[in-house]
Amino acid sequence: MLEVRGLTKSYGALRASDGIDFDVREGETHAVIGPNGAGKTTFIGQLAGELTPDAGSIVFAGEDVTALSAPRRARKGLARSFQITSIYPEFTALENVALAVQAQAGHSFRFWRAARRDPALREPARRLLDEVGIGGRADVLAANMSHGEHRQLEVAMALALRPRLLLLDEPMAGMGAEESQRMIGFLGTLKGRYSIVLVEHDMDAVFRLADRISVLVYGRVIATGAPAAVRANPEVRAAYLGEDA
Amino acid sequence: MTGRAIFWAVVIIILATLPPIASALGQPFYIDLVRRMMILAIAATSLDLILGYGGMVSFGHAAYLALGAYSVGILAFYGVTSGWAQWPAAIGASALAALAIGAVSIRTSGIYFIMITLAFAQMLYYLGISLEVFGGDDGMRLKSRSLFSGLIDLGNAVSFYYLCLALMLAAIYVTYRIVNSRFGMVIRAAKSNEARSRAIGFSPYRYRLTAFVIAGGMCGLAGALNANHTNYITPGLASWVQSGDLMFMVILGGMASTAGPMLGAFALLIAEEILKGWTEHWQVILGPLLVLSVIFFKRGLAGIFRA
Repeated sequence: MLEVRGLTKSYGALRASDGIDFDVREGETHAVIGPNGAGKTTFIGQLAGELTPDAGSIVFAGEDVTALSAPRRARKGLARSFQITSIYPEFTALENVALAVQAQAGHSFRFWRAARRDPALREPARRLLDEVGIGGRADVLAANMSHGEHRQLEVAMALALRPRLLLLDEPMAGMGAEESQRMIGFLGTLKGRYSIVLVEHDMDAVFRLADRISVLVYGRVIATGAPAAVRANPEVRAAYLGEDA
Repeated sequence: MTGRAIFWAVVIIILATLPPIASALGQPFYIDLVRRMMILAIAATSLDLILGYGGMVSFGHAAYLALGAYSVGILAFYGVTSGWAQWPAAIGASALAALAIGAVSIRTSGIYFIMITLAFAQMLYYLGISLEVFGGDDGMRLKSRSLFSGLIDLGNAVSFYYLCLALMLAAIYVTYRIVNSRFGMVIRAAKSNEARSRAIGFSPYRYRLTAFVIAGGMCGLAGALNANHTNYITPGLASWVQSGDLMFMVILGGMASTAGPMLGAFALLIAEEILKGWTEHWQVILGPLLVLSVIFFKRGLAGIFRA
């Protein structure tokens, strides 16, 4: 589904991505963990197309997408959620998701019919809100929703793109314990239905959801493998788990 | 919803009954004044499409007002007096200019966007001054008003008034439909959060440019009307002062609102007219009034009427 080879990106002397090899199989949840400053955000940014790598290639569903812009990748089915909530605050929850539905429903050079009343946009959006558990908040302005609800909205918008690959950038960031548990439960229901790249700090979530884990330290992948193997890896313990968890 | 219907019913009744009342009172001057307001309301409405809904702070929107007016003037100068040719030419020339200006400026944002749009408008302003054939600095007189095969006589102040009313309402309605369509949602979303828009697969550039062209064309129509209204065309139409006035109408009336640009245009011209009657230094009073109105009516005049 996704094949990354030799991905390199530097900021001055800092190598944020240093020859990263990474792949995601069909239906697999592949988690990326690493201490702060390991280059996780830079890595996700390059996968999504927001950042251009200095070297290396990204092949998505058999096609080299390294040179494609973020909108083009999104239209090909590569959907992301943001670590720092990124929604449309002055639109309602339903409108936020409806916009994402609209984005994958072909071009939007349609100038006359009212989009807000279009059942072709509203109904899928409503179903997605129900699915992520905020169906009752459909008509609330996104600006007035809680942080946890924003995280759920982010996921609903990503799912609205009918993605072939989900890039989830710390979906649990800033959530309370109870909200996190609910989100982990929900992400568990996505497992297997989508191919997922999960960047997450919450070790509990990572070990429950991931099929494989890659550990990123100073821009390099120091280990990749099944959760148990990664947990047992001495290098990983030294570099990361030992100091952080 | 009904509040909105009542608002528009009142607006239409007032504007539709104004000519007979003004004539009965022996004050035909008001027909002229309100006609000018309606023409500028069209220009302000077009600006709101890109400024209010699209978040593109164009400080050169008067350029299209001038292009529309000069299209009519230049065609009339060469003997083409038919409005059927002049007005589409005015809309087309303005839309084409907007395409060129937009293609360059929309690649930038923030202060650069403001400065580039301003620079293009000033360029056209100086071009107008340098064209001696068409009167240069002094501008040119429109030899005859646009002719519409005898269908409507723009020389008749009242007929022309009702044409402006119809076109203003049409411009407002068309803009209303556009901003609520799928297309409109894309430009509003891109204003709200560009990174999010890109992440869900919208490339904002094409949509913004299209909005820019629509706004340019609509303002070109206002320019064609304005040429017929004043019978006189000057480069000053493209000046930054005029662009600033249009921006002010939109902000005063309420950005991203249906009725806002119209209310702003009316309010600004009425205030100007009243103050002019009191003192020749009216701008000294108007300035602070505008500042206060922006401070106290954050959502503009449309926020008061919820329109």
